[in-house]
Amino acid sequence: MNIQKIDLAGRLFSLLTLALAIVWAFPLYWALVTTLKPEFEVVQPGLNLLPKTWTLEAYTHVLTTTKIGRWYVNSIVVSVVVTILVVLMGALCGYALSQLRFRGRSLLWYTVLASFMVPIQALIVTHFVLMGQFGLINSWLGIILPQLIVPVVVIVYKQFFDSVPKDFREAARVDGAGEFDIFFRIYLPMNWGVTTALAIITFIGAWNAFLWPFLVSTSEDTMTITVGITQVKDNFGVQFARNLAAAVLAALPVAIAYLIFQRRVTQAIMLSAGIKG
Amino acid sequence: MHSKTRDNWIAAAFVAPFVIAYLVLFLYPTVRMVILTFTDAPLIGEGKWIGFKNYVRLFNDKAYFNAVWHTAYFVLLTVIPNTLLGLVFAMMVNRQKGYVQSLVLAAFFLPYILPVSVVFRIWEWIMDYQFGIAQYALDAFWGERVAVFRNKYWAMPMIAFVTIWWTIGFNVLLFIAGLRNISQDMYDASALDGADRWKQFRYITWPLIWPVTALVLTIQLILQLKIFDQLYLLTLGGNVNNTMVLVQYIYKQAFQLNKGGYGATVAFSLFVIIVVVSVLQYQALRAKPR
Repeated sequence: MNIQKIDLAGRLFSLLTLALAIVWAFPLYWALVTTLKPEFEVVQPGLNLLPKTWTLEAYTHVLTTTKIGRWYVNSIVVSVVVTILVVLMGALCGYALSQLRFRGRSLLWYTVLASFMVPIQALIVTHFVLMGQFGLINSWLGIILPQLIVPVVVIVYKQFFDSVPKDFREAARVDGAGEFDIFFRIYLPMNWGVTTALAIITFIGAWNAFLWPFLVSTSEDTMTITVGITQVKDNFGVQFARNLAAAVLAALPVAIAYLIFQRRVTQAIMLSAGIKG
Repeated sequence: MHSKTRDNWIAAAFVAPFVIAYLVLFLYPTVRMVILTFTDAPLIGEGKWIGFKNYVRLFNDKAYFNAVWHTAYFVLLTVIPNTLLGLVFAMMVNRQKGYVQSLVLAAFFLPYILPVSVVFRIWEWIMDYQFGIAQYALDAFWGERVAVFRNKYWAMPMIAFVTIWWTIGFNVLLFIAGLRNISQDMYDASALDGADRWKQFRYITWPLIWPVTALVLTIQLILQLKIFDQLYLLTLGGNVNNTMVLVQYIYKQAFQLNKGGYGATVAFSLFVIIVVVSVLQYQALRAKPR
């Protein structure tokens, strides 16, 4: 009797879970299905879970009348460069902190740890002043530079390099390998998993960045897609389908990156929160 | 001796890219921010040295304290609910098996990877005063339609809700990892002793998951103090003063009113608030025995 009761509670719980998951995912579905309706149908009352007329008009409109192609290019360039630089700088610095003995090592380590809690958002004013002095307002480099400080990447790499057995290093030293050989041929390849994870999460982060790109790009031509789709509107009529179509296009790369690399994304999130997975 | 110098040079080559970036893009802007707080500089250009006038102004600025209050209110509305719901959702996911588990987890996690502009477009549409699908529910339960993001009372809680919808996946992931570290033996043994589900949660899950809970709380607190993006986008077109938060106030002073010096002062205050909160939290969590 008791067993049966527990089972019933368990089933109810599962049902509740499933219902909640559906509710949680519904806004995504609703946004997606809206983009496939013609604008006049979008504003018809009622819950129309499927379009009566299927159309890609919203997408063709966005693709032909906005600078979304340009924004895409900007976003790709910015995100790729940020990713490469952040991961490479982090790996190099993490390697030095983990494997090399040099003056100022512990000072550097504590600086990195301390900067963990400093809010980049508080630096928007001086970042803007600085980029203004460099003449980088409304440029790719201006969007990229302030996004390069990601101390957690250094911390994660140091931890992983710490756990590589010393034998590899000593054997390579005996064979006359220099530090850069050891780094590029042993430590980096042995930790490809971490590198992939960090690269994907950095890419997603750079693609999704809003505040800084929004401040530093005031011209339509230099906006990233995350900024562009919120800043530019044609000023007449209802345009929910079009706005959402632009949003779907903006989300596409990160959604695909997530679907392909799900486990790596999960791992990277754990790593950046300080849980070694 | 020779080899030691050489070691230092090699190490310098390794750390140089990060250190240079750090000095130019982090340390220098931080110092520069502090210097700016003592001037009346516009956003771009030189200003006069005005001593502590910006600070005097800050402490007499009603709009600033409103921004502090709104930020605190937003923190209150998000940090604990997002953490506790994260734990609840994680326990829900954890009880499922196989592909159902993957699907449920995906439903909770997917919003997290979306850019804020996409989240903004989705909720702007769902909550739209005229055509939004959620207005039917409001009509039915509240009795009338509400332009939620432009309404003084509804805006903050609704933005908090959207934030939780958007970011809970992160918390769920951390909690799932934590839950999987709790040995099943404990639950089996306690079941033999006749413990019911609530007791199992109270005396096994809750204490053993606490380190993760503390971690999530810390991350959430620091994160939500820096709220800007979704709030700025969702309240566009409304009366922004009703929901003005700290980062937005920096933006307003420095970028919209061209007051670089005063904007920097507000920014520096946020900086101080976050550092103080981080240190306090770190101490508080360290004191907890694990």
